[in-house]
Amino acid sequence: MAPEPPLLSMTGITKSFPGVRALDGVDLDVQAGEVHCLLGQNGAGKSTLIKVLAGAHQPDDGRLSWRGEQVTPRSPIAAMRLGIATIYQELDLVEHLSVAENVHLGHEPTAAGFVVRGKAAKSSTAVLLKRLGHPEIEPGRLVGELPAAQRQIVSMARALSHDVRLIVMDEPSAALDPEEVDNLFRIVGDLTADGVAVVYISHRLEEIRRIGDRVTVLKDGRAVAGGLPAKSTPTREIVALMTGRNVEYVFPERPATPRDAGAAPVLEVQGLAREGEFAPVDLSVRPGEIVGLAGLVGSGRSEILETIYGARKPTAGQVRVDGAVLRPGSVRAAVRAGLGLAPEERKAQALLMLESVTRNVSVSSMSRFARGGWIDRAAELGAARAATRELSLRPDNPSASVRTLSGGNQQKAVLARWLLRGCRVLLLDEPTRGVDVGARAELYAVIRRLADEGLAVLLVSSEVPEVLGLADRVLVMREGRVVHTAPARELDEHRVLDLVMEGATVASASPAADSPPTRTIGGPAAGKPAASNPVASNPVAGKPAAGERGPAS
Amino acid sequence: MTQPVSPPRDSTDQAPPAGQLPSWRTKVARADIRTLSLLGVLAALIAVGGITKPDEFLDTRNLQLVLTQASVIGVVTVGMTFVIMSGGIDLSVGAIVALSSVWATTVATQEYGFAGILFTAVLVGVACGLVNGLLIAYGGMVPFIATLAMLASARGLALQITDGATQIVTIDSVLDLGERDAYVLGIPSLVLVFAVVTVIGWLVLNRTTFGRRTVAVGGNAEAARLAGIDVRRQRLYLYLLSGLCCGIAAFLLIILSGSGQNTNGNLYELDAIAAAIIGGTLLSGGRGTIVGSVLGVLIFTTITNIFALNNLQSDVQQIAKGAIIVAAVLVQRRTASTT
Repeated sequence: MAPEPPLLSMTGITKSFPGVRALDGVDLDVQAGEVHCLLGQNGAGKSTLIKVLAGAHQPDDGRLSWRGEQVTPRSPIAAMRLGIATIYQELDLVEHLSVAENVHLGHEPTAAGFVVRGKAAKSSTAVLLKRLGHPEIEPGRLVGELPAAQRQIVSMARALSHDVRLIVMDEPSAALDPEEVDNLFRIVGDLTADGVAVVYISHRLEEIRRIGDRVTVLKDGRAVAGGLPAKSTPTREIVALMTGRNVEYVFPERPATPRDAGAAPVLEVQGLAREGEFAPVDLSVRPGEIVGLAGLVGSGRSEILETIYGARKPTAGQVRVDGAVLRPGSVRAAVRAGLGLAPEERKAQALLMLESVTRNVSVSSMSRFARGGWIDRAAELGAARAATRELSLRPDNPSASVRTLSGGNQQKAVLARWLLRGCRVLLLDEPTRGVDVGARAELYAVIRRLADEGLAVLLVSSEVPEVLGLADRVLVMREGRVVHTAPARELDEHRVLDLVMEGATVASASPAADSPPTRTIGGPAAGKPAASNPVASNPVAGKPAAGERGPAS
Repeated sequence: MTQPVSPPRDSTDQAPPAGQLPSWRTKVARADIRTLSLLGVLAALIAVGGITKPDEFLDTRNLQLVLTQASVIGVVTVGMTFVIMSGGIDLSVGAIVALSSVWATTVATQEYGFAGILFTAVLVGVACGLVNGLLIAYGGMVPFIATLAMLASARGLALQITDGATQIVTIDSVLDLGERDAYVLGIPSLVLVFAVVTVIGWLVLNRTTFGRRTVAVGGNAEAARLAGIDVRRQRLYLYLLSGLCCGIAAFLLIILSGSGQNTNGNLYELDAIAAAIIGGTLLSGGRGTIVGSVLGVLIFTTITNIFALNNLQSDVQQIAKGAIIVAAVLVQRRTASTT
């Protein structure tokens, strides 16, 4: 095998989206029979890279050679024909079809153009499931009836139903509990023994240590290290590769002593929880204070924000603004009480893309410019102009369509909305997503200034430096629970990444037992006790929790 | 500023210079192009009518007839435009018109005279709209299904009330309004109602918080919700509004025909939707104009009139209407993609 060319070799892959260069000359080599791990922070370009590989995105530049031949998969089907299968994080199964039908979706056994129902498909599916160590899954059952872990198996069976030589797995363990992860690793082992290559994406260093052969680290759309030995590269080195930034963020200076340090908190959250999403959280934000929630995607941060805001209904706990309890699950009550949300998906959740800046800014305060429902458009325009000018939104033209604005200015339009409304607590979810690096500094300054003017800010970001640079106080989250709270100046990026990646040093010592019962609804206990908790490997509450509601989407 | 050590990334994110942005002027111009093209189509149709049947078509009486016929479906279309703007659909408008018209013309209702007929027609329309709205906004039903169910049951109820018979109106004050010479300032009374509904519809859509909320819900319901708009209540109101328009249309139809029939308003839903689409209303919501919808109605009614004058059968009319819908949407797609 040694003299053969690599199974897959990607060189200089470049891919831009409007406003972002997602991939900037990435190289990736994968050998047959190896587990090649892809590591990187959120937004580093992992997803884009595997989508290029899967034929879902076309690269702007770069070459892809497959078994020595140059190819360009133009579509997912083309990639599949080559023998490249991808198992996405959000499983792409059709719930209303049976296991066998899902497995053969897109290449159903046919006779004279008709799909053959019955035994052939079912028996071949059964063979695949057996190979995957799950003979108990009935090929005839509807996928919608299966728990998350079994769906994953079905997804994998689908990949294997093709003549596959490379399987890409995007965070396959995210929805699994520890025993199921073990089974997953056994399958990965079997596959590689058969000469199939696996590209494995995970945030969990510990998993990469267990099954990985080599590691490629992505950062800001570049491969900062390729083909490192997965088992022996020191954790510190990997973390440094993931974080070591070339671009310096410029953060506004935070006041030496937080303004209104003694003031009563505006926002108080007590025991707020949503079953299956996050464990009870306590937090409070004072006027003039920026509190940051750090953690990876899927750690429950956005969910917390949206629950505070009333966009999701909590299963326990309460939110107080100025001491008054908010009606749970009511956005209108939250807005009336003075909360404002700049959501993660700006275009989908905040902006009216067909409308002007003015209308986007005034949408939450319309009644203020209206008498008997009749809008005073001059007053509206004036107020919107004042709010957008205060944030130096560019262009300085309130009638411009919000669609034509850059990401940073779109975000300012959302902030202006709440400024105009006179909100007192600002909830920011990934405020700089899709915002140009240059424009970020300006946005940071705006956020800090709003806080200085007395707003309470609760900030969520998966970019650790952003949280550390902007926030006064930081809560670190992992898998639905707060594992650490500290003033931002007492933390650094490595420490936070250690915390969010399951305390990698502790984990590698006892890999099997370290995963705490992640999705249980227990107390808001910190991560530390879990390492020494003998119950952890077979959690009482772990089975129904992780099994039933993993991919709730 | 930042100190990039690595090569700076593409700054495609930067805002383009202010000069290239669509100002309100270009926006108006763009809307005007849409409106102007509709007016152009209407002018072309009038030319065709004038050339093929110069005497009949351009006769004042005929033109008044066209406008009168447009009035009934026009009022329905104004309500429909609001619903479609919000991302919904109302398939039950024709059936509601039928039910309102027969309920308002029963012997029992007619005992209460003019006011009784008007009041009943409007009330039945609003009540049906309320049911639609509650099912959709608070019952979580898809608008298509909820209004389809209303379509079926309202038609059934209308048939049950009349038993298939035509209910003749015997009240003179109602019949007088339908007379050809019942003009106010030279305008047939029905057309006047249509004009008033159009103006009010335009004002509500463009100048009130209600209109803004409608557009916001249709443009991005999730964003509207997170901005603090009560999306469900707005949806309820919108179907109420559509029901109200149906009630008014039913009254106009009673005036026009001097009777109430369970077959009234047949396929109004399709005509109203088609008129709104031709007028530039986005079926997915968030964009549309009252003026466009009204022009759409006028175009349709004019076609029907010209075809009737030229003794072309209704099957040809239907085919022509279908072709116009396709053409209008294709043209709009092109103009939308070039902007």
